[in-house]
Amino acid sequence: MNAKRTDLLATILIDLIVASVVGILFFLLAYILTAGLPHVSWSFLTGATDAFSGAGGIGVQLFNSFYLLVLTMLISVPISLGAGIYLAEYAKDNWRTSLIRSAIEVLSSLPSVVVGLFGFLLFVVKFKIGFSVISGAIALTFFNLPLLTRNIEESLSAVSRSQREAGLSLGLSKWKTEIGIILPVALPGIVTGIVLSAGRVFGEAAALIYTAGQSAPVTNFADWNPMDAASPLNPLRPAETLAVHIWKVNTEGLASNAAALSAAASAVLIIAVLLFNLGARLLGTYLYRRVTASK
Amino acid sequence: MEQTNFQLKKQDAQSDEWEAQLHHATKATREDWIGRGISYFCIGIIILVVASMLWFITSKGIATFTQNHVSLWKFLSGTNWAPDQGQTGALPMILGSFAVTFAAAIVATPFAVGTAIFMTEISPNKGRKFLQPVIELLVGIPSVVYGFIGLAVIVPFMRHLVGGSGFGIISATFVLFVMVLPTITSMTVDSLRAVPRFYKEASLALGATRWQTVSRVILRSATSGILTAIIFGMARAFGEALAVQMVIGNAAIMPKNLISPASTLTSQLTTGIGDTIDGTLPNNALWSLALILLLMSLVFNALVRIIAKRGQLKHER
Repeated sequence: MNAKRTDLLATILIDLIVASVVGILFFLLAYILTAGLPHVSWSFLTGATDAFSGAGGIGVQLFNSFYLLVLTMLISVPISLGAGIYLAEYAKDNWRTSLIRSAIEVLSSLPSVVVGLFGFLLFVVKFKIGFSVISGAIALTFFNLPLLTRNIEESLSAVSRSQREAGLSLGLSKWKTEIGIILPVALPGIVTGIVLSAGRVFGEAAALIYTAGQSAPVTNFADWNPMDAASPLNPLRPAETLAVHIWKVNTEGLASNAAALSAAASAVLIIAVLLFNLGARLLGTYLYRRVTASK
Repeated sequence: MEQTNFQLKKQDAQSDEWEAQLHHATKATREDWIGRGISYFCIGIIILVVASMLWFITSKGIATFTQNHVSLWKFLSGTNWAPDQGQTGALPMILGSFAVTFAAAIVATPFAVGTAIFMTEISPNKGRKFLQPVIELLVGIPSVVYGFIGLAVIVPFMRHLVGGSGFGIISATFVLFVMVLPTITSMTVDSLRAVPRFYKEASLALGATRWQTVSRVILRSATSGILTAIIFGMARAFGEALAVQMVIGNAAIMPKNLISPASTLTSQLTTGIGDTIDGTLPNNALWSLALILLLMSLVFNALVRIIAKRGQLKHER
């Protein structure tokens, strides 16, 4: 009977643990949404920030976050695609490959603040580009590359060998086989990975504080010429993102309504990340159905 | 005569053509060269990034010792951090970082392992449909949001509970606990799922209860995987910057207790690096903190490898 009682007790304990973990998540979401959503309005989402106190809307920050995200993805997806193909297709099983793999592992385990500091050192101190969108995007690329590469490699390697053999036996080159046959089959997994990493990039702040900067200069949203200093597309202007803004308001901001402000900004950030997660799931399933013709 | 000559010429031309085809790369081969080039180039970029990152941060980080001639031992064991006055004792930050990391791992591990057991052994169905998304959502919440909630909920709560400012190691521990929980949980789930099914069947067939099976068979054979998960969680906690910086109080003094303001390597870096001038001692000292962070992340990496290797040996035997 004793063993059964222990079993029961252990089961109850584990149930309690699970309940508390679920409780924590629901508390977090409920807190952010109830504290933040009442302050979210159209003028908050599009309005300008008061440069001194940090109070006001988050229009520029929201735009910056998306702009940085797009730039980061434009740089990191092709590179990690190439690297993923290398690891899945060309890399031989030798010491050189295992060295490359450990380098990628090291990069992925580096704290994001270290990646950000490296970006700061390279672009702001050495190349004197200053706090800018492009410095931020490249720092985020460093942060994004290892995970994306591993995801792409895994998706490519998961495709069955017979597909590769079919392509090669038709006289296609390895490269053509990879691009024309393997990649489309692996696409659902790759797209899911890209969208999930987009969610992570969107919420990242530590790598950006000293690369994209902590100021959001007033931009002229009627001017879409990337060469103009006031244009929102200018890659050389400093760009505080939404996540950096939340940090800034809480640590250095002078806004009297800092708590309400950051709750609202956090709510927007969380909703965006939730949408990325949901989008990754839906897009992955949709693409899987399209590619495999399964129901 | 004329005709044969003509035929010979024709044959010559044809064999030249064949020879050309045989001696030159086909379209497919050329395609492969290009593709190979592209993929080598991409992997080269990643290697270059890693190498230059290690090189730059190391060379910056050792400047404190080579240019400013601070002794390494004094840096690591000194307790007085005021770099603008030449005092560069980094021990308070090092201790702070280790304290929050271990505390968070100790608190999070029972929760993570319990959740993982629930997801794999008690109710795999609910686990997949309900808990998996919960864990994924917890991973997805950005660290500044965790920091903000810590600032808005945990810090006032601690202030109310034990007095003082509410900032300190214990608040940082709570924030990090929630942040590393999903990391440890999802990796533990993977290692529990990797336990061969017949281990469990054999144990149940011997009349063991579920808990006996879990605690004596499954957890034991998944030990190396669970340890790896904990180390990954600790690495995340050690490197987390903003969430910790927002709730720990950033006082570069030796932590006396868990409820007074302290600081970590990352919090000192994020607050300090923008205010110091490149090349001066205060700046170099901060880069040395960054170097410690980098080295610790390499240590965590090495630990994971060692554990994985030992775990493998055990299974093979």
